[in-house]
Amino acid sequence: MELAFVIEKVLLVSLIFVITLVIAMYSTLAERKVAGFMQDRFGPDRAGPFGILQPLCDGGKFFFKEEIIPAGAHKTLFILGPTIAIITACIGSAVIPWGQELTIGERVIELQVTDVNVGVLYMFGVVALSVYGIMLGGWASNNKFSLMGAVRAASQSISYELAMGLSLIALLMVTQSLSLKEIVVQQEGFVNWNIWVQPLGFLIFLICSFAECSRVPFDLPECETELIGGYNVEYSSMKLGLYMFAEYIHMFVSSALMATLYFGGYNFPFMNDLGLSQNWITIIGVLVFFAKIFAFIFFFMWIRWTLPRFRYDQLMNLGWKVLIPLAIANIVLTGVITVIKDTFF
Amino acid sequence: MQSLSNRKKVLEQKPMNFWERIYLPAIFKGLSITIKHFFKPIPTVRYPEVERPYSKNFRGQHSLKRDEEGRERCTACGLCALSCPAEAITMISAERQKGEEHLYREEKYAAVYEINMLRCIFCGLCEEACPKEAIYLDGPHVTADYLRKDFIYGKDKLVEPRFDYKDEHEPTA
Ligand code: SF4
Ligand code: SF4
Repeated sequence: MELAFVIEKVLLVSLIFVITLVIAMYSTLAERKVAGFMQDRFGPDRAGPFGILQPLCDGGKFFFKEEIIPAGAHKTLFILGPTIAIITACIGSAVIPWGQELTIGERVIELQVTDVNVGVLYMFGVVALSVYGIMLGGWASNNKFSLMGAVRAASQSISYELAMGLSLIALLMVTQSLSLKEIVVQQEGFVNWNIWVQPLGFLIFLICSFAECSRVPFDLPECETELIGGYNVEYSSMKLGLYMFAEYIHMFVSSALMATLYFGGYNFPFMNDLGLSQNWITIIGVLVFFAKIFAFIFFFMWIRWTLPRFRYDQLMNLGWKVLIPLAIANIVLTGVITVIKDTFF
Repeated sequence: MQSLSNRKKVLEQKPMNFWERIYLPAIFKGLSITIKHFFKPIPTVRYPEVERPYSKNFRGQHSLKRDEEGRERCTACGLCALSCPAEAITMISAERQKGEEHLYREEKYAAVYEINMLRCIFCGLCEEACPKEAIYLDGPHVTADYLRKDFIYGKDKLVEPRFDYKDEHEPTA
């Protein structure tokens, strides 16, 4: 491995890391702004113009808060909880292809940290791991409410991971590849986007992502009315901040994943008819990709300020009795259509 | 039981039909409502920068008035304190000395006049009770403060400032 390669990757990783953190930071502001506009008010706008300094103030406040570790808590696990949550949230972005390659002089730079050929599986593993952060935190707090929140988080994420996986299988039957890069390359232009062949699969995937990120309407692990805050009741100061941060990063990565899998990633319509050089296409592609991600993040927030929370039995019903059968039906349907297409056309 | 008003409506919970069960139509309806609000103009008034005009009959902070010659009207009769349902007003009266005629209109005046703005309910009864038209609740609203003692407004805050033209009437000593 040559040095330049290492430097390139390190730079890319740091860049993505910084971008992820900044986006997560500003998602908190965006969330409150969106909430404000949807409720006919401004949202926070006092810290700096339009409140753009608000996330910094919030972060600063978190650092100055007293840090409390409950006497009955398991200290190691208590600290490990938010750590795992934030780490698993961050490493998810490693396999996402942010753009095509940039050519600077002789070097060709891939805008993807690593193209593992099982990228989809990797994402899945990371997402599944993230529930450990919540579980450990909730259990280690030694508090009934947080334990309940943790149990809910675990059962919810298991239930919805199933449906999510099944909906993905149908997609993989179409793409014939587990590499995210490969999947994006296949969706060149506009008509090849996977959403057109897998609308039902996308819907299921979308719903499951909401559940995986524990966003409204599936935010049962942390519902205030029943659990006074859920798995993170006992957390204070920056540990609580990390949990919240992890959640927003999660949302960002999920949005990126959905844009990648179903909405063509960095591909945009007429990308090859514009007669632009490769570098320009790449740059525009990256911007387009981020636009798609932001659209999804906005959608997450839009849903949050529209829908009420599901009841627990409704959540389980929806997961096991509706989404999983639907996902299976989707697989069968995809299989049948693929076979028909292969034999007759 | 028979309903007397005939307005009683018995609500029964029907099992949800197919469209209700898949939630999606309802979700889209909700989403369309929230997005409509998203683009609506926002009625918020950004307060410290933008102030809404008070209505004409707004009862705000009291002011102790002066007459045409710039003398304090209040004669410390105590009727306002008596009429106050919240017991917000206290005063100490004093007799006008020679040479103070340009300061106080009546022979007796309020040397100390205090209104506790935390007690006051801004009912305006003091204004109604005053025989000398000396007190009016015509100011802006009472602003926030940190200490209770700072809410007891004395004459320094209550008596309205002198008008400029009064200076001519002042006897030259
Ligand atoms: S407005 Fe009412 S409560 Fe306030 S000082 Fe006057 S009489 Fe008392
Ligand atoms: S303000 Fe009016 S009612 Fe009150 S003491 Fe003075 S003159 Fe009397």
